[in-house]
Amino acid sequence: MSLSDTQKPSLKEWLLTDTPTSRRHARAASLYQAWLSLKSNHMAMLGLGILMLLVILAALASVLAPADPFVQDLALRLTPPIWQSDRDPGIEGYILGSDSLGRDILSRLLYGSRITLYIVTLVALMAPIVGLLVGTIAGYTGGWLDIVLMRITDIFLAFPRLILALAFVATLGAGIENAVLAISLTAWPPYARIARAETLTIRNSDYIHAVRLQGAGTMRIITKHIWPLCISSLVVRVTLDMAGIILAAAGLGFLGLGAQPPSPEWGAMISEGRKFILDHWWVATMPGLAIFTVSLAFNLLGDGLRDVLDPKDGAS
Amino acid sequence: MAIADTSRKGRRRSPLFGIAKKTGSTLLTIAVTMLGLLFVTFFIGRVMPVDPVLSIVGERATQEQYMDVYLELGLDKPLFTQFFIYLGDVVQGDFGKSLRTGFPVWDDVTRVFPATMELATLGTLIGVFIGVPLGVIAAVKRGTWIDQVARVVALIGYSMPVFWLAIIGLMVLYGKLGWVSGPGRVDIFLEDIVPSVTGMILIDSIIARDWDIFWNAVSHIILPASLLGYYSLAYISRMTRSFMLEQLGEEYITTARVKGMSEWAVVWKHAFGNIKVPLITVIALSYAGLLEGSVLTEIIFSWPGIGKYITISLLSADMNAVMGGTVVVGLVFVLLNIFAELLYKIFDPRAK
Repeated sequence: MSLSDTQKPSLKEWLLTDTPTSRRHARAASLYQAWLSLKSNHMAMLGLGILMLLVILAALASVLAPADPFVQDLALRLTPPIWQSDRDPGIEGYILGSDSLGRDILSRLLYGSRITLYIVTLVALMAPIVGLLVGTIAGYTGGWLDIVLMRITDIFLAFPRLILALAFVATLGAGIENAVLAISLTAWPPYARIARAETLTIRNSDYIHAVRLQGAGTMRIITKHIWPLCISSLVVRVTLDMAGIILAAAGLGFLGLGAQPPSPEWGAMISEGRKFILDHWWVATMPGLAIFTVSLAFNLLGDGLRDVLDPKDGAS
Repeated sequence: MAIADTSRKGRRRSPLFGIAKKTGSTLLTIAVTMLGLLFVTFFIGRVMPVDPVLSIVGERATQEQYMDVYLELGLDKPLFTQFFIYLGDVVQGDFGKSLRTGFPVWDDVTRVFPATMELATLGTLIGVFIGVPLGVIAAVKRGTWIDQVARVVALIGYSMPVFWLAIIGLMVLYGKLGWVSGPGRVDIFLEDIVPSVTGMILIDSIIARDWDIFWNAVSHIILPASLLGYYSLAYISRMTRSFMLEQLGEEYITTARVKGMSEWAVVWKHAFGNIKVPLITVIALSYAGLLEGSVLTEIIFSWPGIGKYITISLLSADMNAVMGGTVVVGLVFVLLNIFAELLYKIFDPRAK
């Protein structure tokens, strides 16, 4: 990206060479080529752009937010957004209106993006890793361990996902961390399935036999030769799942089991706004639009990544 | 079936043996999965920081009353013994009593499940009748504006929070425009009028030939069913498109075109004929997803289905009801999965 533009043109040539000189060189070259083909996908770039904007907004929330997201002003409760307001434009802030306690919705949305990013990052770190471990171990070792692990996976798959998450949160107590844990616990089985399927196809390939003949142990084969090949399909799947994770987190928040008030979590904001929906549409609508935008961005990026990294089931 | 039979004829070794073995292992899979499901739910129920005794006897019970109920519930026994007692009851079809409603859990579940089924079936029908043609057209007209529209429609479906769309839908279509009826299955004064035969009001009212109730129920179900239908449409149309693209790239399609076959026949007879089996699997899975009870949709529309039942039971610590409901839902899910897998094996000889 900017690296290749700002530095000497030789870097680009170095990245596009057909004859890599080292392992790191080859890896950088293939990443660069993936980036090039991703860059030509406008929809994916739009998604990436929105997500980068989200990260920037979240990081700068304290600077950008026009008001404190927690400060209440009951005199100005349920102020409509700026373009619908009959009041003097003299009233500062409230660009997207205020909620039932007179808090600025825009500021709450900005701070809420931190919570969304926090949840998404944690789940994206936990669920695929658990799935990868379970799937590769089951697929590589086979035998009874495979049967046991896959049965457990099936049991978790057979659970209604939101209900399982609800049950975990009800057991552990409501809160963001527990919501993350609950979502991860319900999200890992598909990754295990994918990782196992990949492992099964890789396990009997010639180069694995070759490595084994050279005396590599199981651990080394799994970590050094199987994981790297599973990662691309997992990355695609994770990106596509992100939208689902955001929606699940918002759903838990909506039911009052995720982030607790007065935290500006988007799902909880919708739930608050629901009571006033008929006369004050903006309270519930704004956070919903935010959730929609972010999950759409993840879906766009995921679609593009699938075309680049995993062309076999994208077909588009 | 016919395909399966002819392909087996080559081998002389009794085909019945193979079928029996497969059936046996399938049944075993179901049993093990259900056992695990029961165990996980049971465990969650026992770990939950809610005292089941207190919710029966209340805060002001004496120590003696408390102990009576405590012993009656078998809570003094080790966890595993409790689990096996519960398991024994479940095998006999006894899921215990719901603390919240006071009815046996089984009765509750059979009462609420048809409501979910009604909604899920209608949603899936909408998803299939719009999603499949949309997917096929998108694949045939790949890269045109129709394909782009189909893609955007699906992406929006994947990205929209269902509870939000439900709230907005209610606000606009019910609150502002009055085109549809609000939450619930029928208007409150029409409830419990038609005799319950199937538990699904649309069908019951047809049986009773009570058209007022039928149309009233339609006006209630149309919004939630369309919402669920939209979500299954998004999924089904994407899957249809990618299956169709795969087929349309095959050489036999080129051959058929070269032969001078009409485009209609090429698409619908040849290509579509070959994606029927994976498509049915996708539809079955999407149906299973909806049958799990779309918790949020049911709550927003006050739809008395299984998702709402389990959630409310969970929030009021009614563990018998939660376990019973979850097990039934899990069973339906597993059965539909196996049904889909079986279809594959029967109709697609390559999957052997």
